Amino acid sequence: MVVLRKDLRLELRTWETLPAMVLFALVTFVIFHFGLNRTTISGQLAAGVLTVTVLFAAMLGINRLFVAEREQGGFDAFLLAPVDRTTMLVAKSAGLFLFLCVLEVVAVPAFALFLLGPPLGPALPGLLVVLVLANLGLSVIGTLVSAIAVHTRARDLIGPLLGLPLLVPALIATARAAGPLLAASHRASGPPGKWLLILALYDVVFGLLAYAVFDFLLED
Amino acid sequence: MSVGNAPPAIELSGLARYFGERTALREVSLQLPEGATLAVLGRNGAGKTTLLRILASLLRPHAGEIRLFGEPLPARAFAVRGRLGLLGHEPLLYRDLSGRENLQYHARLHRVELARVDELLAAVRMERRGSEPVRLLSRGMVQRLAVARAVLHRPQLLLLDEPRANLDPAAAELVEPLIGRASGATRVLTSHDPQAALAEADTVLALKDGRPVFVGAPEQFGAERVRELYA
Repeated sequence: MVVLRKDLRLELRTWETLPAMVLFALVTFVIFHFGLNRTTISGQLAAGVLTVTVLFAAMLGINRLFVAEREQGGFDAFLLAPVDRTTMLVAKSAGLFLFLCVLEVVAVPAFALFLLGPPLGPALPGLLVVLVLANLGLSVIGTLVSAIAVHTRARDLIGPLLGLPLLVPALIATARAAGPLLAASHRASGPPGKWLLILALYDVVFGLLAYAVFDFLLED
Repeated sequence: MSVGNAPPAIELSGLARYFGERTALREVSLQLPEGATLAVLGRNGAGKTTLLRILASLLRPHAGEIRLFGEPLPARAFAVRGRLGLLGHEPLLYRDLSGRENLQYHARLHRVELARVDELLAAVRMERRGSEPVRLLSRGMVQRLAVARAVLHRPQLLLLDEPRANLDPAAAELVEPLIGRASGATRVLTSHDPQAALAEADTVLALKDGRPVFVGAPEQFGAERVRELYA
């Protein structure tokens, strides 16, 4: 909680990450609007556009996740404290998860306004479940990738180059789970269980992996 | 200086560290009893900061053994971290947080009572400017905050890399009770001013290109050796 509270305070003080993520998502919707030359989209296409936009916006947050720690000595200060190193993983993942939730609070209604054909209301409860599971995966993988990238000179490149391939399974599962919810007919009573299960499994596997290797990422 | 049968505060044996092909430290061996002060002297790039970072458990040695208060590093680093205070080249403070917020963050990490923050802000005369973001403060003020940060958790071993850098004489006097001999802590310090460091030291370690060229009492380390070391 100490690290998370500090990170949130830093963001509220500087507004360096969250506004960029939100603005990026909004601009991307406008680009899709014109790029697809469609006034409305639905179904799998809509799910794909929403998922890809959230994923790319998340990369902005992922790239900045450890910048203050690296540039202002936060890593050393943390490592000097008698604190379990995985605390940092949990705090950074929780911070990114919160950022993604805030992003989606703005981005999903904007998506409905700019692009989505069918009404958002009936799809919202199911979409919420899908996005929460997707956010969990994005947060854990994002923290892991960011912790690797921040130690490299080309961290702005390494983040996406390493993160995007790792996030492809989550992208597929999220888009497939959200597709039926955003269909014009909206016959689905909820997201497909198979894809939700895959998404949940992905979260658990990468959560455990991150827990196992994070200590080593903070080593010199 | 050591208490009863307490192990030495620092025991180094054949310590070495490399950065790629470059040797940053090698064959460093010494013992320092609790409460004593070790002055590490040498030109820029001699390995002083590397030694301090190894002692702080922020860098792993590539060879040799290191024990702090009898605990081997890096295996038992977790056990000694709370007993170390590092004042390095970087203040380890977030620029967009105030001095008070930074110290409160460190206090929480070290599970220190928050009243200690106000106590230290007063000690380094930063009560009034303590609520301003660190990025707005002068380098001297930031250094005073860094001193407060380093001693916040009452460390038994102080690792001081140029501790008086950016401090005017009045500020240097101000932090003396916190990081000077009066602090009661075992100290390892580096300084650009060898005479000042020698005056404070019980033991001297002189490094040249990462290798120790002298380990012993300061009175044995004469003016001629100082000149040779910095030539």
